Amino acid sequence: MTETATAPTPSPVRSFDTTEPRARFADLVAAEWIKIWSLRSTPWAFLGGALAVIGFNVFTTYNDYSNWPGWSPQQKAEFMPNWAMLDTFTDAAVLCLMLTASAMGALTVVGEYSTGLIHTTFTAVPARRSVMAAKVLVVTLVTTALGLFAAGGSFWLTQAILSGRDTGLSLGDPGVVPALLASALVAPVAALVGMAVGALLRAGAATMGVSFAVLLLVPMAVSDDHYGTAVVDHLLPYSAWARLIQVVEKPAHFPWSQGGAWAVYAAWGLISAVITVVAVQRRDQ
Amino acid sequence: MKHMIEVNELTKRYGPKAAVSDLSFTVRPGHVTGFLGPNGAGKSTTLRMMLGLHRPTSGSVTIDGRPFADRPRGMRHVGALLDAHDVHGGRTAQAHLTALAVSNRLPRRRVGEVLEEVGLGDAGGRRIGGFSLGMKQRLGIATALLGDPPVLLFDEPLNGLDPEGVKWVRGLFHRLAAEGRTVFVSSHLMSEMENTADFLVVIGKGRLIAAESLKDFAARGTRQSVSVRTPDVAVLRTVLTDEGAHVEPHTDNSLTVTGLSASRIGDLAFQNMVPVHELTPHTASLEAAFMELTADSVEYAAGDAR
Repeated sequence: MTETATAPTPSPVRSFDTTEPRARFADLVAAEWIKIWSLRSTPWAFLGGALAVIGFNVFTTYNDYSNWPGWSPQQKAEFMPNWAMLDTFTDAAVLCLMLTASAMGALTVVGEYSTGLIHTTFTAVPARRSVMAAKVLVVTLVTTALGLFAAGGSFWLTQAILSGRDTGLSLGDPGVVPALLASALVAPVAALVGMAVGALLRAGAATMGVSFAVLLLVPMAVSDDHYGTAVVDHLLPYSAWARLIQVVEKPAHFPWSQGGAWAVYAAWGLISAVITVVAVQRRDQ
Repeated sequence: MKHMIEVNELTKRYGPKAAVSDLSFTVRPGHVTGFLGPNGAGKSTTLRMMLGLHRPTSGSVTIDGRPFADRPRGMRHVGALLDAHDVHGGRTAQAHLTALAVSNRLPRRRVGEVLEEVGLGDAGGRRIGGFSLGMKQRLGIATALLGDPPVLLFDEPLNGLDPEGVKWVRGLFHRLAAEGRTVFVSSHLMSEMENTADFLVVIGKGRLIAAESLKDFAARGTRQSVSVRTPDVAVLRTVLTDEGAHVEPHTDNSLTVTGLSASRIGDLAFQNMVPVHELTPHTASLEAAFMELTADSVEYAAGDAR
């Protein structure tokens, strides 16, 4: 009688109470928060990305600090404020931040598809759009924190270095806070683009390729010398950052306002968020 | 009836190819219902449509009277294990289940409870990537049980389990059904269902072949046949055919007879003075019944030069 060893005691037929507490969006946000931080890659990407960004900026600033005594008076005069700002947040740093953030965003979506977890997720929560909206919110929060940490850390360290030459910016200077915010917010914009591409393509390598191309390669290929290409150029998040980092507007063939650049940020972020949420609704998962 | 799964004229086409055609059946609570079919018969597609993951081309499927996809949260209604690999290997079992519990507003203590129940009490803190297939199956079952739902769907849950695990799963399914739950379990192996299911839904090439109790299904296949060997094939054949039997002659002086019992064949041979060298009754097993019924609908047969 081997069966009796494992046979369960006869269980009474139960009545199942499937009334449930009201479905709250906050629960989905909490679940996505647990999911993103329970992957080892998240703290590493956060820390690694932030340190790389700060490292690029500190390195560039230290170079200028070292070369400062050899500069002509004119060079020294031109350093403030735009060059000082570009020491605070360099080109390399913004590319690195976009890369890190877009990969983080893409992985939250593509990671579900490549592992098959998406089936488990959508079986637990059939309200697919709510799941994706919760993901969008969590990724936006995490990458905004990443951007603020990277930009804030860079500002503090680089200005500490520049103060050794009795120069440098302060948060009270006009245009400095918007430039820093633009550098920080490049992270959530890039992350949302990564998510949207991931939700459309569902495959890891293709998603990374397309995101990087849109965010990093296209802006390098497009010049702003001609009206047609300038229009395209001004519609890209990288170019919007390049406009917003100018504490004092530089002369350009086709000038554009800071408001326009902020609108580009907002449009990329919003449209990407909408694509991420809507893309999952009708397709078979 | 509460907690029933109702499949109504369900059809799913991928391009021109129909994975599921005009499928209708119901699954009732209080029993383990086996969902059988050869590989590629459309079992997983049907399960995915039950869960709203795939959208039917036509027809509908409801669980507890509603399409599952209409529910904002699912775990209190239906627990499902589709594929044990549908997890992220980088998370611990604990984190995986906690996120799911939180999303459905289930108490976090459920995580520890279900891990204990499936025998993963000590493995909760380990990353799923290091789990064996058997452990992943157990984790998948834990996931299905998390919301204590009245309806449970399992796709090939015995894959990768050791004999002890198979026995445990069978006991678990019987207990869940005895509690009044609807338990729907797919498999492509009849042998797995023999000691597991009370009812069977059998499909082949996306079409319904049978939906009945295991007993009725077995009865279909027990078309008893009898092998008879005799030097006087022609005479015996005539005698048996006249009695209404179906007789299939073979080259080695033997006949396969259906429609008459072995003793009746022996008596008839004796009355007609036909010597009989062998008389063997065959009882078809459930496996044979399944093979027989699905023989025409096997999607990928070996040696099939299509």
